[in-house]
Amino acid sequence: MGEQNSPNSTGAADRDLTSLTAAQLAAGLTAGEYSSTEVTRAHLDRIEATEAQIGSFITVTPDAALAAAADVDRRRAAGEELHPYAGVPVALKDLVVTQGIRTTAGSKILEDWVPPYDATVYAKIRAAGLPVLGKTNLDEFAMGSTTEHSAFHVTRNPWDTDTVPGGSSGGAASAAAAFQAPLSVGTDTGGSVRQPAAFTGTVGVKPTYGSVSRYGIIAMASSLDQVGPIGRTVADAAALHQLMAGHDPHDSTSLREPVPDFLAAAAAGTREGSLKGRRLGVVKQIMSDGCASGVAAAFDRVLALAEAAGAEIVEVDMPSLSYALDAYYLLMPSEVSSNLARYDGMRFGLRVEPETGPVTAETVMAATRAAGFGSEIKRRILLGTYALSAGYYDAYYGSAQKVRTLVQRDFAAAFEQADVLVSPTAATTALPFGEEESGDPMALYVGDSSTIPANLAGIPGMSLPAGLAEGMPVGFQLLAPAREDARLYEVGAAVEALVSADRGGPVWQSAPTQYSSEAAAATATNA
Amino acid sequence: MKYQDAVAKYDPVLGIEVHVELGTATKMFDAAPNTFGGGPNENTTPASLGLPGALPSVNGKAVEYAVRIGLALGCEIAESCRFARKNYFYPDVPKNFQTSQYDEPIAFDGQIDVELEDGTIVPVQIERAHMEEDAGKNTHVGGAAGRIHGAEHSLVDYNRAGVPLVEIVTRPIEGAGERAPEVAAAYVRTLRDIFRALDVSEARMEQGNVRADINVSLRESPDAPLGTRTETKNVNSFRSIERAVRFEVARQADVLDAGEAVVQETRHFHEDTGGTSPGRPKSDADDYRYFPEPDLVPVAPPREWVEEIRAALPELPAARRRRLLGEWGIGELEMRDIINAGLLDQVEATVAAGAGPDAARKWWMGEIARLAKQSEVSPEALATPEAVAELQQLVEAGKLNDKLARKVLAGVAEGRGMPAEVMAADGLEIVQDDGALEAAVEAALADNPDVVEKIRGGKMQAIGALMGPIMKATRGQADAGKARELILAKING
Amino acid sequence: MAEAAAITAEQVKHLAELARIAMTDVELERMAGEIDTILSHVARVSEVATDEVPATSHPIPLSNVLREDVVGTSLSAEQALSGAPAQDQGKFLVPQILGEE
Repeated sequence: MGEQNSPNSTGAADRDLTSLTAAQLAAGLTAGEYSSTEVTRAHLDRIEATEAQIGSFITVTPDAALAAAADVDRRRAAGEELHPYAGVPVALKDLVVTQGIRTTAGSKILEDWVPPYDATVYAKIRAAGLPVLGKTNLDEFAMGSTTEHSAFHVTRNPWDTDTVPGGSSGGAASAAAAFQAPLSVGTDTGGSVRQPAAFTGTVGVKPTYGSVSRYGIIAMASSLDQVGPIGRTVADAAALHQLMAGHDPHDSTSLREPVPDFLAAAAAGTREGSLKGRRLGVVKQIMSDGCASGVAAAFDRVLALAEAAGAEIVEVDMPSLSYALDAYYLLMPSEVSSNLARYDGMRFGLRVEPETGPVTAETVMAATRAAGFGSEIKRRILLGTYALSAGYYDAYYGSAQKVRTLVQRDFAAAFEQADVLVSPTAATTALPFGEEESGDPMALYVGDSSTIPANLAGIPGMSLPAGLAEGMPVGFQLLAPAREDARLYEVGAAVEALVSADRGGPVWQSAPTQYSSEAAAATATNA
Repeated sequence: MKYQDAVAKYDPVLGIEVHVELGTATKMFDAAPNTFGGGPNENTTPASLGLPGALPSVNGKAVEYAVRIGLALGCEIAESCRFARKNYFYPDVPKNFQTSQYDEPIAFDGQIDVELEDGTIVPVQIERAHMEEDAGKNTHVGGAAGRIHGAEHSLVDYNRAGVPLVEIVTRPIEGAGERAPEVAAAYVRTLRDIFRALDVSEARMEQGNVRADINVSLRESPDAPLGTRTETKNVNSFRSIERAVRFEVARQADVLDAGEAVVQETRHFHEDTGGTSPGRPKSDADDYRYFPEPDLVPVAPPREWVEEIRAALPELPAARRRRLLGEWGIGELEMRDIINAGLLDQVEATVAAGAGPDAARKWWMGEIARLAKQSEVSPEALATPEAVAELQQLVEAGKLNDKLARKVLAGVAEGRGMPAEVMAADGLEIVQDDGALEAAVEAALADNPDVVEKIRGGKMQAIGALMGPIMKATRGQADAGKARELILAKING
Repeated sequence: MAEAAAITAEQVKHLAELARIAMTDVELERMAGEIDTILSHVARVSEVATDEVPATSHPIPLSNVLREDVVGTSLSAEQALSGAPAQDQGKFLVPQILGEE
């Protein structure tokens, strides 16, 4: 590993606390080199200095974060046994329900909603003593892949503030890439952690379905949603995943078995020769052919590095994947249409009365939903309503569920031939703002085709930086069989080390730290 | 048209959907208490309130109760079944979908025998029994008409939202003929008794624990295809069920006679008039878009578990009633009274403790029920079956007469111990001392020579006129039988 | 293969009613076009969804996840009502419900 990742390499006097990884911060906090209050304040300062240009957050919670930091410092001083990452700050996608802190899902319909309960993930993070810096921006109800669909403001990509950070966890990814937070919690329904990680040069993981509790995560599509960690290194993502994972009786789909040691797996991956004999499967259907040339070049370069390190590159054929996107765009909207029915202005959130006509529960619900949801949400709700309605269910929803079976079968066969499957995470690097206003909604959806299959099959996936193309990060996706998340961390850490050695340092350290004032002005108007 | 004319001309077919609220400690899909009463919105969790991010979790006890019900109705229990979302917007449905079961119910293909008052047995086919959740409660609040403040609105309490329900759906009940109203009520009554016997619900109709939706259709003859049906919702007493069926049969016959078509719709029953009125017509607006509940996993009741539950099923009411009628030799009407009073367990246990069936029934249905009503407690709170059996034994041994026994029972009801203890403590035992009784008899004979003459003349009922003075002299503790023997011995001796 | 017939604005109006979203005619027209475009792509799922392929509703197969019937922590009435747009007498105040008795 590069010198930069070694915990004690940076002297206490001359470092900028925001440039350290979570692992470095955890080590420094444990060693008493600095306090959580200092670390948290440094990140809050960084947010204050850069937020106008980046716009990662919907809500920043400095008081709560500093109070949590002070509590950890006090407990550490008292000699209490603490979680190894206690005191390391974290940012939460604003889809995570936080008692007493408004939770918006990026939507006008929840603009002022302050929940009376905690998501399990949030409860675990607090119990471990990680100060929460705030709630990050997202596409409304996690529907989108640019974070432009937030009802509040756009988020800018720290690598180039004229481009999007990806989405829907764009705020979470940009916060990590812009050194506003060492760790972020995202959610991934069709690539919403992995794709923004790819666009921002960070590491994002979609765990095995059920690895992390969904209780208190505002649902988009229940059978596809999964909470995932974002960090600047594979080890940091592993640490956050480790902390969040585990059975939760509140989530019936949560896995029962003990959580594997992801940190140990990541450490094992950095050992010399860990890739030797590992079979990396290149999926014919998500090959680099359709990718931008810079993306393809970066991907191929990583394959060459891996091969040189002893890995075996095999090609696998997964014919069902050509139907995966279609199945996803039936299953997801169907579940969305039902999950989002509760936003009706009766019990919580926005209530809007119709401008004309009678005021009844029915008309108020319809007016509230008309005013509170953005057009992308409405489109998906109507599409899902159609796919589930009498006479169409079998052809649409039913068939899509069958495709899901075929995708699972293809993955099972592929993992006979390969230990992990690899592909570019996205076909391009981050796109400029407004690129998706092309008129064909399907053209935009196609961008998710490499990430969606993992959600359909419930398997874990990771995006880590493959390098840069024309100065912008390229994502390298790894997929592993269900419950083999540890394999991702092991192979991911090995690939990360290869890339770092190849370029003479980790990708994230090349990220700009100063942002142009033009962007600031543009963001201001947007906000 | 008169009901009799309607059933003479048309063949009625019934279909009944019964919802029963299960008596579990918690709700169907969350750990909020499943309790009646309490302040509004005090029994909710994020899940039963449908808050963003909340998830359901299945109550294992409710599944067990559903299996119990399914087995008692002679159903097959699914090897695997799942939950589905029934999507529709209504303010008392917090998520705007009801979590229910659709194509995979937990129990299906059953049959029960429904016994009518005259002993006629009507078999009813059960199509399915499935698990689901109840909705919250709306209270309509009137107000000045208008769009602004003070307008009509509703208040919603979600305490009931998520309460576990089992819905039991019959196949079409054919061949009931003119007895359709009676069959409908008897079916629901049979279910009610089964729920109580299974201990899965208090099954109180008046509290809405059991609710029935009654489908009625008419056809020209039993060979004709089924006619268009109406569904009268939430009919909540046996009498109302009978009235609703009678009304619908007569109303639909009128519609058909007028050459019109019955509209397929839900209807509401009105207690005051005994009539029904149309609700919303069934239309394609009722497209519930069922799909498998992604937040819950399938329930696959292990076969051994199902067999354990089957083995532990209590004797079902119909079988028990038939057995006890044979064993006790009492009439149908007496039996119905005991069942309706909820005292069958007590009477049976009292018989088991040694009392005769008539005596056991007499005590529970008579004096104990009276005391219970007086003090507004349940009869079983006043005496144990063992105490009642002991009381009856004291009577039969001649130690208590009826009047004294009631005094002793009052003491037992006050919690002063078993009957023998109360009797001893209060000195209520019948005087067995022949000397005192003999003196009282002699005094009575001497004081009433005219009565003595009548008895000598063979008017045996005149003996009664001597009992008053004898009882008075012995402070009521005389054994009446013994006194009668002494009187006859002295007069005839 | 299910060749989807073009979705009309009239059909979208019905969907919007089912989904309780008020929409103008202009929106209905636009949505009809967009939904039609998407459906014309995704309808191809039925090409491979043959009878012998079972449906998958859950990505990771689990069964019999049952909760013990033990009362847990409830929200207080105040918490339950904390987000209510309107309330009265400890209950959620909602506009008049049509079809209610």
